[in-house]
Amino acid sequence: MVSRPLLLTGTRLVFVGALGFAWWADGTTSRSIATGTADITRYGFVLRDVSAEAGIDFHHEPTRLDPIIANVEPHVAAMGAAISICDVDGDGWQDLYATTSAFGRRNALYRNLRNGRFEDVAERAGLADLNREGEGASMGSVWADLDNDGDQDLYIYKWGYAQLFRNDGALHFTDITEAAGLHRWMNSNSAVWLDYDRDGLLDLYVAGYFPETLDLWHLKTTKIMHDSFEFATNGGHNVLWHNLGPGADGVPHFEDVTAATGCDSTRWTLALAAADFDGDGWQDLYLANDYGPEELFRNVHGERFELASVGLGEDSKSGMSVAVGDARNDGRLGTFVTNISKAGYLFQGNNLRLNLLDHGGGFENVAQGVVADCGWAWGAQFGDLNNDGWQDLFVVNGFISADREQDYWYDMGKVAGGSGNLFADTRNWAPIGGKSLSGYERSRVLLNQAGRTFLDVAAAVGATDEYDGRAIALGDLWNRGVLDVVIANQHGPLLVYRNDVLPERGWIGFHLQGEASNRDAIGAQVTLDFGDYRQAQVVEGGSGFCSQNDLRLHFGIGAATSVKQAVIRWPSGREQVLPSPEPGRLHLVREPQ
Amino acid sequence: MSSEARGPDAPSAAAAVVPRPGFRMPAIPARYLSSGFITLILVVGQYFFDIIGGYERLLLALGTAILVELVLSRLLRGSWPVLLSAYISGNSVAILTKPAGGLLWPFWLGSFLAISSKYVLTYRNRHLWNPTNFSICALLLIAPNSMSVLSHQWGNDKSIVYILLAVGTIVVWRARLLHITASYVLAFVALAGLRAAIFGALPEYAGYSWLTRFTTEIAPLTGAMYMLLIFFMLTDPRTVVGTVRGRILVTVLIALVEFGIRLLPLAPWRGLDLLLTAPPLFALFAVGPIALWRDLRAQAPAR
Repeated sequence: MVSRPLLLTGTRLVFVGALGFAWWADGTTSRSIATGTADITRYGFVLRDVSAEAGIDFHHEPTRLDPIIANVEPHVAAMGAAISICDVDGDGWQDLYATTSAFGRRNALYRNLRNGRFEDVAERAGLADLNREGEGASMGSVWADLDNDGDQDLYIYKWGYAQLFRNDGALHFTDITEAAGLHRWMNSNSAVWLDYDRDGLLDLYVAGYFPETLDLWHLKTTKIMHDSFEFATNGGHNVLWHNLGPGADGVPHFEDVTAATGCDSTRWTLALAAADFDGDGWQDLYLANDYGPEELFRNVHGERFELASVGLGEDSKSGMSVAVGDARNDGRLGTFVTNISKAGYLFQGNNLRLNLLDHGGGFENVAQGVVADCGWAWGAQFGDLNNDGWQDLFVVNGFISADREQDYWYDMGKVAGGSGNLFADTRNWAPIGGKSLSGYERSRVLLNQAGRTFLDVAAAVGATDEYDGRAIALGDLWNRGVLDVVIANQHGPLLVYRNDVLPERGWIGFHLQGEASNRDAIGAQVTLDFGDYRQAQVVEGGSGFCSQNDLRLHFGIGAATSVKQAVIRWPSGREQVLPSPEPGRLHLVREPQ
Repeated sequence: MSSEARGPDAPSAAAAVVPRPGFRMPAIPARYLSSGFITLILVVGQYFFDIIGGYERLLLALGTAILVELVLSRLLRGSWPVLLSAYISGNSVAILTKPAGGLLWPFWLGSFLAISSKYVLTYRNRHLWNPTNFSICALLLIAPNSMSVLSHQWGNDKSIVYILLAVGTIVVWRARLLHITASYVLAFVALAGLRAAIFGALPEYAGYSWLTRFTTEIAPLTGAMYMLLIFFMLTDPRTVVGTVRGRILVTVLIALVEFGIRLLPLAPWRGLDLLLTAPPLFALFAVGPIALWRDLRAQAPAR
């Protein structure tokens, strides 16, 4: 029989051991972070900041708002850095469009000179001087061929009046906002092109963040903030614009069909994605909402949308960005939604959601460790960065980088923990002044470990930026069969990371061109069978946070020397099978008549 | 939280059920009211706001608390415990623990630390820390990269707070511990007013009225976490001192230490900023055991 004093001693030892275990377990996250110098042989790729040598010299400047909210202006005005990758001049090389927000500052259109350098032609194209007092501040852009004439048109969403520009060719653009019926004041931070009714014309879904009743430069009240940190519903209205095609004036006309289709939300939507998540052939809408749960609006045969009950409603976080991808190579489109994490204060955790809709389920969040907690995460994108056949994740982070010694988290926590809408009034927020709020957070490059887990390799592959990242876009900037990375930083520089991948890693690309479908084939889904895997990707008219990727789809195929087949499901509903498409090249595929 | 000690091993709580003249409550022992209250918080919070974030978390926290209580009570005290105390601890850990990245170990480890601290960290056969308070603070200090507290704030819904206030007040009144809750609230409000005055001298607060600054400072008290603090942790009968005057004094001391923690952003050094993640919990963590130790030491000679 063991004596009680001995048992007590044993209990004390176990107690101390438990405390030691907590300390040890707390460090396990850091063991999923690779360190060391960038070396291509380690993970099969390396990223190099080539912004300067590419001639990219762009710096985002935030907008200045009404002085009556000066105490929280760094918080409120902390958006507007955006990036879109798009072949604006149709030469087969991807160009870049970046927004800034301060009045008088100019957006940039970087034309790809095909020699590793870019040239800012925004002024010439009439796309630079778009941040004007009384009209609004740019928040982001989405490009698409909305009139199916073979070139890329531009929609710029703002806090203020959004603008629609028709591409007339030769880098000339015409503002057709009013003629198209899109002249409306919104405080928007996201928009996405989709063809919800499969009529071959791209429609536009625009999300309101702050209520559209607010002019943030001429406020009549300081009660402009969310009414809950978890389930806020007092944000701006979202709008679905239906493309009616060209009118008598030759300009595409749009009508507001939000109410008729039932896809409004006032949940402070920050990011949008459109894809056929439930496999019924109709593009659905996925909303990442700040201060609230995500939402999936299922498209019911192009007639209306239904808010789906698929396991998203109870999980209230701060959705900042939504990317669509296939993390497990199971041929299904899942999502990655970023959220906020701060050690000691708040672990909302990012959501890596597997799509189980076709199994009668919903979306299952499987994010853990380095995937779940990236800091104050903003834009993120799926993409096979090392061409190993698995889609990785690139996440940019950081909210306000100011004084490194002064932190606003505690101050924010005071009102965040309160009840009864105290925080809806900015007057009740402590002054931010020069304090940081999740500042100086590094970007994360999360390498997909064969669908099982992710390893943070940012430092080990050369992604060392610590700016306040907002938008990230992926695209093959120099047509080399790799995904390069472009990052728009709030109050910071535009960064271009050139990606160099081990040459033995295979790849295949698809540039889709619709006929019955919209010409950009936005909404088309390609499912590739290679080796033992099946990976699905979709052509998107905007994704992540305030960003748009290269419309061409890029698949890494690792060591596979051949591809079994590619199945294309066009937005029109047609299905096309490409048997054994040749790897190592970009395939231009036109929709069969 | 507090009501661990409202189990059968908490005679002060059990004995506290004394009806008031003129109004008779049903004769439900305070410990059952407490466990009912924590169950109400759990059910309402989970139904409306998903405060647990997954039933596996509840299962781990609750299961571990009960198991550890059974094993340690049997081994170290030679008796089978009544499990109300472990039930409340397990629920409390599940509600308050908000870990990083889908981690599950903070739930079972938190419950283990909470229950085992009652057997390990004792003085004259009394545990010194409120078990849940010890567990949460220990994890925040040792594992800050994995742990945060109650990031969900119940939708910032004031109606929920009103309900909790009403029910909680009845529970602590029945346990004759309302003086603790009341003195803490009064001290917090007064010290919030003082902080508001102090902040008024700072240039960055220029343009803020005292009332606005006061509103900001008092805001945390309206949150759900404080409901758990004032109705459970502070009023834990097994970890409060013996006299009413002593309890009030200790409670005010806790509020004062919390006041000091809340002024840390004004300090020129950042070494203690971790305490800002949960000021009232750390204040209780620091003051509570010392006060109880002194009280026990003064009550009777050492054996």
